[in-house]
Amino acid sequence: MAGQQRPSDRGFFNNLFSRPKYVTVHPRRVNSQTPPSGAGEAEPARTQPPLPGTPTGLETSAPVRLPLTPAREVPDGLWVKCGACGQILYTKDLAKNLYVCYRCQAHLHIPARDRCQQLLDHGLEEEFAAELTGSDPLQFPGYREKLEQAQEKTGLREAALIGRGHLDGLPVALGVLDFSFMGGSMGWAVGEKISCLFDRARELRLPVILFSAGGGGARMQEGVVSLMQMATTTQAVARFSQAGLLYISVLTDPTMGGVYASFASLGDILLAEPGARIGFTGPRVIEQTIRQKLPPGFQTAEFVLKNGMIDAIVDRREMKETLARLLRFHMRPAQRGDQVVQGSV
Amino acid sequence: MSRAVFDWERPLVELESRIAELQAFSQERGIDLSGEIATLEERAARLREETYRNLTAWQRVQIARHPGRPTALDYISLMMEDFMELHGDRAFRDDPAIVGGIGLLAGRPVTVIGTQKGRDTKENLARNFGLPHPEGYRKAMRLAEQAAKFHRPVITLVDIVGAYPGIEAEERGQGLTIAESIRTFSLLPTPVICAITGEAGSGGALAIGVGDRILMMEYAWHSVISPEGCASILWKDARQAAAAAEALRLTAAECLKLGVVDEVLPEPLGGAHRDPRTAASTLKQALVRALSDLDGIPVETLVQQRLERYRRDRSAGWQRHSSEAGL
Ligand SMILES: [Zn+2]
Repeated sequence: MAGQQRPSDRGFFNNLFSRPKYVTVHPRRVNSQTPPSGAGEAEPARTQPPLPGTPTGLETSAPVRLPLTPAREVPDGLWVKCGACGQILYTKDLAKNLYVCYRCQAHLHIPARDRCQQLLDHGLEEEFAAELTGSDPLQFPGYREKLEQAQEKTGLREAALIGRGHLDGLPVALGVLDFSFMGGSMGWAVGEKISCLFDRARELRLPVILFSAGGGGARMQEGVVSLMQMATTTQAVARFSQAGLLYISVLTDPTMGGVYASFASLGDILLAEPGARIGFTGPRVIEQTIRQKLPPGFQTAEFVLKNGMIDAIVDRREMKETLARLLRFHMRPAQRGDQVVQGSV
Repeated sequence: MSRAVFDWERPLVELESRIAELQAFSQERGIDLSGEIATLEERAARLREETYRNLTAWQRVQIARHPGRPTALDYISLMMEDFMELHGDRAFRDDPAIVGGIGLLAGRPVTVIGTQKGRDTKENLARNFGLPHPEGYRKAMRLAEQAAKFHRPVITLVDIVGAYPGIEAEERGQGLTIAESIRTFSLLPTPVICAITGEAGSGGALAIGVGDRILMMEYAWHSVISPEGCASILWKDARQAAAAAEALRLTAAECLKLGVVDEVLPEPLGGAHRDPRTAASTLKQALVRALSDLDGIPVETLVQQRLERYRRDRSAGWQRHSSEAGL
């Protein structure tokens, strides 16, 4: 992957034993006066306590949860400010660096389509359930308008993008949650898409790679219907798993609530991006309940790795080759020539 | 019995206590007040209807949280002939917010697992307000798998506002454990019947809320989040909980319409706390009925049907719901 900047000082064991140098960030637009309208997800924005020695830029202004506009849509010369270090970044360079801040290495939010482009050799070769779109099962006040705004803003029909393609020559099914679509939260349509991803992959006998970024987890405006998606997606993963197929779950910033407490946790292998917020209950609710400040680094990828809840933290710029390695570990010798990944049977 | 009184039922409760006083007085003094008492009782009956027949969603949430509402252990002792509690997750500790064990229901051995609230502050502190940690869900999974091994049906009693939001719970993998619990109950090779007896909020409730039959008490609520939580996140104002309760469609009737539950069990007028015995007897009958419905189904078929039902029937339910509304 040429043209990418690599982190210069990665330590042993994903820096587990060194001071974490990544922080979770909420990039914001420099030239935008109106706040973004992506609200509606279950966990509101949180100012992450700055890690010692890390310039965060968060002290002066509140972070805004808005992913950067996809590079291809940005006119030349637009600059953005990194929400973590406060440095001004050239958008084109940032996109080329896979939305990892080239000053502080913070992993910023990346649009779902860019993620697919980055990981798959020829992008998504087939999108599954492309027509599936959100409904408003409870007729929740203001929800339809929010859905429409999110669709307009992201160009997506829903917060999940699923399909198949090739990763380093290996056929895979890929799912990506897009944080910019109502925080990547899961309502009926997202749940149905995730289930569909696992069902189709089971039929096609493809491994599944799934990137979760479901800020608030279950989508509140769909009430108990969104809660049920935790059951349906979990069951789809379980059936897929019973077929002996491989599921790699990658937790990206943020993976919380009902998304974390269902399909995202149930991978055969759990990876996370540096600094990603990962947890069940949102930090604000915990602080209100226990009436104390949370320790720095609470509910980060580093925190869940230390507590034994994930397998490894992987830098975004090494994600593709890591996934390819893992996929090849799961190929039987006879299959290696065919470039087909299945479960070890 | 605990008689916490809500503002909106105060006129009724005052009238009821006046009737009781008059009855006591007439007995004590041997004075015949039956005329007055009959008139007052007629008025009370009317008032009871007015008070409880058209409850708002928020009033129902309040009833579901009534301190006198029967807890899991109350239902167990009222419904079952014998019960032995079994403790611990075999990995970390025994979580007092979740109780479980083996007992006899209508002569039949079953495993019962439920979230356990306390009655007063002391009990609630001991039970952590019925809010489980990951080890509680691990205990639930352990007992469920044990039941499957011995072909015992599993009954879960759900009354929980959510999983415990705390530092240690997160450290020990609250989210991941809930996912595993949902998976365990989804695939469990034995009948699973869930009864939502009070509150059923978030993944913390769903972790023991997936099964072949979902029963729901009349005044219980079931949603992705508590009304207060919804209001404070969406509208930055927890005081709008009543509006959120309405918007979330969390009542038993709404959940039935959405296809999320299979049966709503009538409660004594005003709530199970007004007559726990009757409530327990209704629940017991429904459980026995559901168990006999599931009898004789081979476990492979049972699990298959369970999975299909979550996917097909329920999604049909809410699609129908939104198409009825012209969406
Ligand atoms: Zn930066």
